[in-house]
Amino acid sequence: MKTPISFTLNGKPTTIAVDPNRKLLWVLRTDLKLTGTKYGCGEAYCGACTVHVNGEATRSCAVTIGDVQNQQVRTIEGLAKGKTLHPVQAAFAKHDALQCGYCTPGMIMNAAALLEKSPKASTQEIISGMEDNLCRCAAHRRIVEALEEVIQR
Amino acid sequence: MAYDESKIFREMAESIFGSPINRREFLARSGGGILILFSLGDTLEAMQRRSLPDDFNAFLRIGQDGRVQCLTGKIEMGQGVVTSLGMMLADELDVELEKVDMVMGDTDVCPWDAGTWGSLSTRAFGPSLRAAGAEGRQALKELASAQLGIPIDRIATANGIAYDKQNRSRKVSYAELAKGKRIERKASGKVPLKKPSEFRIMGTSVPRRDSEEKVTGQARYAGDIQIPGMLYARILRGPALDSKLVSVDLSAAQAVEGIQVVREGDFIALLHEYPDVAEDALKRVDATWETPPTSLNEETIFDHLLKSAGEGTATESKGDLNEGETASAQLFDHTYYNHYVAHAPMEPHTSVARIEEGRVTIWAATQSPFGTQRDVARELGIDEKNVHVLTPFVGGGFGGKGVGRQSVEAARIAKLSGKPVQVAWTRKEEFQYDTFRPAALMQVKSGLDAKNNIVLWDYTVFYAGQRGSDSTYDIPNMQVTARPRGWTSDAHPVATGAWRAPGANSNAFARESQIDIMAAKAGIDPFEFRMKHLSNEKLKRVMTSAADKFGYTPAKAPSGRGIGMAIGADAGTWVASFAEVDVDKKTGGVKVKRVVCAQDMGLCVNPRGATIQMEGCIMMGLGYALSEEIRFKGGQVLNENFDTYELPRFSWMPKIETEIIPNMDEAPQGGGEPAIILMGAIIGNAIFDATGARCFFMPLTPERVLEALKAI
Repeated sequence: MKTPISFTLNGKPTTIAVDPNRKLLWVLRTDLKLTGTKYGCGEAYCGACTVHVNGEATRSCAVTIGDVQNQQVRTIEGLAKGKTLHPVQAAFAKHDALQCGYCTPGMIMNAAALLEKSPKASTQEIISGMEDNLCRCAAHRRIVEALEEVIQR
Repeated sequence: MAYDESKIFREMAESIFGSPINRREFLARSGGGILILFSLGDTLEAMQRRSLPDDFNAFLRIGQDGRVQCLTGKIEMGQGVVTSLGMMLADELDVELEKVDMVMGDTDVCPWDAGTWGSLSTRAFGPSLRAAGAEGRQALKELASAQLGIPIDRIATANGIAYDKQNRSRKVSYAELAKGKRIERKASGKVPLKKPSEFRIMGTSVPRRDSEEKVTGQARYAGDIQIPGMLYARILRGPALDSKLVSVDLSAAQAVEGIQVVREGDFIALLHEYPDVAEDALKRVDATWETPPTSLNEETIFDHLLKSAGEGTATESKGDLNEGETASAQLFDHTYYNHYVAHAPMEPHTSVARIEEGRVTIWAATQSPFGTQRDVARELGIDEKNVHVLTPFVGGGFGGKGVGRQSVEAARIAKLSGKPVQVAWTRKEEFQYDTFRPAALMQVKSGLDAKNNIVLWDYTVFYAGQRGSDSTYDIPNMQVTARPRGWTSDAHPVATGAWRAPGANSNAFARESQIDIMAAKAGIDPFEFRMKHLSNEKLKRVMTSAADKFGYTPAKAPSGRGIGMAIGADAGTWVASFAEVDVDKKTGGVKVKRVVCAQDMGLCVNPRGATIQMEGCIMMGLGYALSEEIRFKGGQVLNENFDTYELPRFSWMPKIETEIIPNMDEAPQGGGEPAIILMGAIIGNAIFDATGARCFFMPLTPERVLEALKAI
């Protein structure tokens, strides 16, 4: 049953008529055409679909669009400020902290929320904070280096 | 060392042959500008002779805007050729790297290519690309000579400009030279390539060219392609690969609003404008399946495989095995094992298919756009020229995206439904329909004489394949046999295929473990023992470089330090690695603390890109070495998601140190695979060095390490 759902998406008030039980991931990717958020496993194991809900890193495959009614949602498309990359994005690019790039949006969203919460995170805290985001190309080392640099600045 | 790669790649390509499009047709489609046609490198040409009657594989175009396009059937899946191929071309052509646009994996505009695998893009395609760049520069110099009215030997080039060496202000840009012209010219191969001393771009470290798109979420993968009217399809699957549909009730699924069902025999797909709704509807399908009974599981598989192995042929032999056995004072007879391993790219197999006026367009996550074209054409019974495959960014391949199964499914459903269709496999499908790295056994019988020289090496590899099975060391009496030579066999209950450096991971584990066992028995430091049996200067050099970087000090194993080493060769590159581990003797858990890897890959086009590949190999290799294994029972793959198939994580990350031996004067070799081949071996050897326990079975899970500890 389609219901109007209102929320803030990347800073803009948004209302869509949608079955509130549908997963946020698929509503973002289909109705809202925001395909930067990726499907990787569908069961919250890999983190490729990570977005921010009220600033918290959230697996969009595990929450419904109904869950974000009246909430603030940010996706990878809304992380840069205009043409200025978010420091985490800039550091990923600078350090080549990616290969195929498929896990990258989720990695960056998870990392941005982590550093928002712990701007002085230690290397160990970075590692535990990123632990549940999977990367098959194995860019782990460069991801950690990129985040260390953001923290040092 | 018998290093017959052309054979290996021929085997690999045989499964994915395609055919070149007609040359005239091809030229007609490619528009204006200056065309340089070029042929494949020798290795690749030999391998593809059967299917490549035409003489070119890719071409470059110098546009009237001064930009340069390089069109190639190769694809970008993270390995970085979007950067390194562009570097080669820009350097030879004398244009800025920023001016080179890579157009990759589009079957309508790119010449035929077998596929992106085997670490072949740089070493086999690269030289031809460079030759084309050099040819292009020569053509431009000729045009400039005519336009400026000065002899060609006075013309020099730099940054997209041709100028008079005697008067730099007399110049003309490539863009101006290309304006209004259409010059077709075949690469003669006679124009000399730049010498390393003349390189401006090659050999320098260049960051990825696709980073910005990828960090902003703008990079498009096949699943991000959305075209008007497109429906998402979910396919009804049986519990096992060979399950047969007995009965099915689709009524509950059909009741879901907006669902379209297509069916052709047992092939049933549900379509919806939302993939998640199609998935929900699929759950409402009531299907009964019949699966042929089988007693095969991960325990019984090795007996079955041994019994089913066909006769092998020796791929390498020297001396006389009987003499070697007679000369041996000590014999070592061991069997090594490894389980099936999944590719598990983060992007599952995905394709979009659209059929319009008899022409099919496919956007595919594939390592083989032309293989996909062939498979789709065959499935639909149409001519290949009516299938247009485009390859957006590919979210990881590792050998697992060589065939076009999901593209064939998408095309089939598009035809049945009359709608554009996206097929994106779920993670469960990705595990179920993967072409796994084969389970394998390696039987090694070797012998040491009274002076601790290796005098016997009788090596048989079952199912992993020949690649990387080379004896490597100087042994007077030796034989290597592969049963079979490739990595596919009907004996497997699951599909098998190429997995990053196919065969080499299994073979290096067996060879380097066996060498370590002999070194320990001989009471000789494993580094010294290896060096003593090596005459190959390249191997000795990488081995020494790695040891130096590691700060290795001699000690016979087990030294208690937890240090393991191994050497090998893959894709033309020589490689040596060291690992340092901690073993928890209570749990059997292994923590890899440090990995050092040195490789000699000839000319390294982009040291930064090559280093990233080495780091990726090391980190990814922790998985096959320590945790990754496919479990199955009754024909069903039991791993369905990442909760039951453990990939390496951040906390596993060792300190990684890499070294690329400077070797600009030799031909470039492969970089995407070599550093992964030693990971099982160095960790196994390090576990032994730490504890005295020898593991013969990969992955080296805590259970297996505990078992090995008990067996001491």
